[in-house]
Amino acid sequence: MSVAGYPLSPDPNVEWTGAKRRYDIVKEAVIAIVAVSLLTTLLALLFSSPDSKPVTIAQWAVEAPQDFLATAAAELDGTSGLATYGPPYTHTPGAGQNIIGGISLQRLVGVRIPIDTARAFVLDPLAVPVANDPTLAAALTRYEHAPRAVQQRWATGFANSLAHTQTSGTSVAAGGFGPVPEMLGGLLGMARSGALDAALISTSRFYQTNFTKALLFLADGSYLETVASQQNLLGSQWGMMNETGSYPGQAWLWLYTLWYQVPPFSTSDNADAQIWAIMAILSLALVLIPFIPGVRSIPRWVPIYRWIWRDYYRRASSSP
Amino acid sequence: MIPPDRTPTWTGRVRGVAEAALPPERLLPDTQPAYVASWIYVFGVLTLAALFVVLVSGAVIALAGPAWWHGSTVGHFFNSVHLWGTELFFAFMVVHLWGKFFMAAWRGRRAMTWITGAVAFLVSIATAFTGYLTQQNFDSQWIGTQAKDGLNASGVGAFFNVLNYGQMLLWHVVLLPFVVCLLIGGHVLLVRRRGVVPPLPIGDEKP
Repeated sequence: MSVAGYPLSPDPNVEWTGAKRRYDIVKEAVIAIVAVSLLTTLLALLFSSPDSKPVTIAQWAVEAPQDFLATAAAELDGTSGLATYGPPYTHTPGAGQNIIGGISLQRLVGVRIPIDTARAFVLDPLAVPVANDPTLAAALTRYEHAPRAVQQRWATGFANSLAHTQTSGTSVAAGGFGPVPEMLGGLLGMARSGALDAALISTSRFYQTNFTKALLFLADGSYLETVASQQNLLGSQWGMMNETGSYPGQAWLWLYTLWYQVPPFSTSDNADAQIWAIMAILSLALVLIPFIPGVRSIPRWVPIYRWIWRDYYRRASSSP
Repeated sequence: MIPPDRTPTWTGRVRGVAEAALPPERLLPDTQPAYVASWIYVFGVLTLAALFVVLVSGAVIALAGPAWWHGSTVGHFFNSVHLWGTELFFAFMVVHLWGKFFMAAWRGRRAMTWITGAVAFLVSIATAFTGYLTQQNFDSQWIGTQAKDGLNASGVGAFFNVLNYGQMLLWHVVLLPFVVCLLIGGHVLLVRRRGVVPPLPIGDEKP
């Protein structure tokens, strides 16, 4: 039995004709805007917002010259993470993550932001200092005119030797690696001066808005990751939803981040592709909940609605 | 004398449809069904209010350019308002979303209301993400270089380049806010059109 105006089983398909109450939508909107404005202002004044300075390539070259040189050598001999990345950057056979089996959207889309790592990060930038450095110019010319196999032997030999020696950061030891020590020494000096930061974003146009090359080069080394690790931003540290300092980050990415912490994704070479596929399916499911049998019935089984509408049900159930 | 042309105009037709779907008393009501009486209903309007704060603070930053807030106390304050407005926006929106889920608010031809809300939530995540990418600080560097792998693996990265600052800035300040506002505007109009979903029948818990 229900009270007039409070039907126990209201039909959601027909317009409500039961009991009503006064409501002022404009007043509600104004109060909400004022309240939220005051709250955000208070939070901004109390807690401010983080703004950690960006890492520069100059800073990297000064603070971690060994890592810088190892990265540059790997870009030169084509063994770096980026040089072997695959689409959308490089034409590396077989590279690219698979969603399942051999299905790869990454390979399907192909190389759309092509990057020749040796040229982009070493050879082209060195064209700047060689104008005032005949020795460096001769080294670069010698390298450019050497057969590809010889270039590879020099660069790989230099990269291997770096792994076993400590670089002072001001000079690069020679040792049977052709002109590579001279070239990378020049690149290190250029980086420490800040000129490489500028060279990696410059194009034939004056205005620049694309930092793809500079960021990819930074990300290929270990220095950026070391700085991120100190701020608890690594993927293994739930970094995607963390913020620099003690600030709340993108907490809404908790589910996306969660997958990276659990097997098999935590150890999978295809984790990104697989997790994106899972999140795409879950996102679609969220949007289509009204049409998914079972899921759309969960609200009926969980009596939270009884709490939300408790006043209505009390009135509807009370005797007239 | 030429007789008046009685052929309906496009404008007249649109006005007729709009007035029939959303007459003024439905668009700006001063009564609500009696069951609309819970704090959970406040989170919808709080989400809208937080969106307003985010848009205004973002517009203030836009007035002086994206690098302004790094060297100005006033600019940094507005960036802080933008950040906390975003945090509150998502907090309110998630509570609103869960509340509507547990009310099965898609009942009674309200599926499109749910869909526009859910899509607005997903597009808002993308909008916030591009904001993090365009801060021009270490956060942007790290988030961009990490996120590229997921986007590249899904094929999206070839077109949506998170390391291209100019592209991300325009997505953040123009394209995505436009879509979010469009979706949320449509969502609110659908709520007004269909009305707030009535309570579930008591004793309906069994599957």
